[in-house]
Amino acid sequence: MSLATLSPPARVLVTKIGLDGHDRGSRIVAAFLRDAGMEVIYTPPWQSIPAVVKLAMEEDVDVIGISSLATDHLIVPKLTDALRAAGLGHVGVVVGGIVPEDERAVLIDAGVHAIFGPGSARDEIIQHVALLAAKVRETKDAELAEIAQ
Amino acid sequence: MSKEAVQLSLPGFEQAHGRWRAEYGRQIGTDRVIRNRSQIEIKPLYTPRDWNGESFLDDLGFPGQFPYTRGIYPTMHRGRTWTQRQLIGLGTPEDYNKRVRVILDAGATAISLLPCNSGFRGVDCDEVDPVLLGTCGTVINTTDHMDRALDGVPLGNISTAMNDPSPFTLLAFTLAVAKRRGIPWTSITGTSNQSDYISHFIANHMFYRLSLAGARRVLLDHIEFCRKHVPGWNPVSVVGQHMQQAGATPVETMAFTLSTALQYAQDCIDRGMDIDVVLRRFTFFFDISISFFEEVAKFRAGRRIWARLARERLGAKDPGSWRFKFHGQTSGVDLTEQQPLNNVARVAVQAMAGIMSGLQSLHTDAYDEAITTPTEETARIAVATQNILREEAHLCDVIDPLGGSYYVETLTDQMESEIEVLIGKIDAAGGMYKAAESGLVQSMIGTSALAFQERVERGEEKIIGVNCYQNDSGPSLSRATERPALDRMTDHVARFQAYKEARSQDDVRRALDALARAANSERENVYERIVEAAEAGITHGEIVSCLRKELGFGHPLVVV
Repeated sequence: MSLATLSPPARVLVTKIGLDGHDRGSRIVAAFLRDAGMEVIYTPPWQSIPAVVKLAMEEDVDVIGISSLATDHLIVPKLTDALRAAGLGHVGVVVGGIVPEDERAVLIDAGVHAIFGPGSARDEIIQHVALLAAKVRETKDAELAEIAQ
Repeated sequence: MSKEAVQLSLPGFEQAHGRWRAEYGRQIGTDRVIRNRSQIEIKPLYTPRDWNGESFLDDLGFPGQFPYTRGIYPTMHRGRTWTQRQLIGLGTPEDYNKRVRVILDAGATAISLLPCNSGFRGVDCDEVDPVLLGTCGTVINTTDHMDRALDGVPLGNISTAMNDPSPFTLLAFTLAVAKRRGIPWTSITGTSNQSDYISHFIANHMFYRLSLAGARRVLLDHIEFCRKHVPGWNPVSVVGQHMQQAGATPVETMAFTLSTALQYAQDCIDRGMDIDVVLRRFTFFFDISISFFEEVAKFRAGRRIWARLARERLGAKDPGSWRFKFHGQTSGVDLTEQQPLNNVARVAVQAMAGIMSGLQSLHTDAYDEAITTPTEETARIAVATQNILREEAHLCDVIDPLGGSYYVETLTDQMESEIEVLIGKIDAAGGMYKAAESGLVQSMIGTSALAFQERVERGEEKIIGVNCYQNDSGPSLSRATERPALDRMTDHVARFQAYKEARSQDDVRRALDALARAANSERENVYERIVEAAEAGITHGEIVSCLRKELGFGHPLVVV
């Protein structure tokens, strides 16, 4: 596996927003991202959008993974808006779970980097998240350098 | 029980068996080790050496006779086929009413009701983002909502299954509606089919509303209330489905479910209830996976173990208490988003396993289950699948048609012993309540879920269209996803808010105070107060929030 290794390791928040509690997928993905060397912050389901934004900020995460199995993806655009409003527009957002074909474009337009449907390969998810985290880290570093100047 | 030592008096058996073994070995070369989902090794052939029927009377017997391995009634599906119980729930109460009338007009005598996810979380419709309302179930927060949902539905003449976790507000609203309509509670029949709070704490976190201790108290009050006032109602449905969906193997699922049933039964005994009155109203609810023979063995073994536990361990004397009545739902976890029409075939195989196991009631998933809430069209195919299996495939002609198969009987015995070992482990941990509270069960399920995922990734478990045959082009679902109309949903919320404001706030306070007092008094039945609150116009969210405050908020234990 050609994993772009970050130092310190990529920080990923794996969470669920909205009402659904099916968390087998989010637990499995959290476990294998952790096993791939990333620092995973895992929350139980039913997080509110402000709570996720706050946690993303406090934990300085590079990527947020949202698991949605029962229509909670419908409020993901509200999360990306809230992240931008909080100055966290650089944080990468990916979604995993069930997103009907005709509702994908709305999420991508809202700034979601990737949607991993059922049956997505572990390596595919790890690689995507690792590369996304590396890109986010570059943006963050550039911003910090700018501030330092 | 090892069957290796079975002596056979079949002349010529040994020679013929030896010839087959030699021939098999020559042709197959190096044989693969095959294991089912419960990790039991599966041999290429089963013979009278594995199972020879000598324990027939003790282990099988006849349908309707102890230990009920072959079925809980003498006539089984030949006398009365299973109840076709399709889950429905969508949109506003009016949307639900439209759908349920179609079903009743088509001759159904049983209906189901699935509430909106906001309801599962214990809140009212004005507390969540309106785009999430009614996408997965019906928004019912008050007795008025229930009245509209059941408009024209003959409450006393149909059986209703409700996904109604503790504190059972949907049943409370239904009883309030019945009272309004002058229908006696004694004529109300159906099931609280999400009453198993332990399964929610372990594996279906979205249904988990009250603390473990609080949920335990409310369930026992609910059982006592129903026994006194709604005797035709099944207040307890012990649910294996969530655990299997969360990744428990079929063996683990059956063991944990039976351990849960033992816990509830013991709690009732400790309350001084008559075990025979209680157990007669116990029902079970399971997932039926596509691991066909394993599912059949799971159900046959479960039926046998439950009969023995109920009679010997719980001391039940009435045969009605020994019968393992179960509802099966074809497993959504086995369905794939890829090549979705393939799911029609999967559901048919799952349903066959359930029917041939002698289930009492069946829900077949629509093929779009892996993607969205079913449409009328896909739900119709799911029902037709049951009709085809019954009428065209003649699955109801013979009782326990797989009984006596060397393979099925051997596997039933093997699963039975493994289930019993696990029940012993839960006993050693102090029973299911404690085993769940400590996280023991959750970590076992988590380990099995990860192991299954790894077998899929290694290609040992094949899933068509997911890890093999991915490129078969076939029709995909390209239709627009149906969502409840947002303007009608916001109207529903506005109406609800106006309703809340128009109530006498003094009455609201009085009813909630009475509920809080009952929650804090061991002498009162808290469910009686819940039903009174429903009659007084108190909302679902208000009832749950009051009980969360008094009895503790339900935080599931998440074991990663």
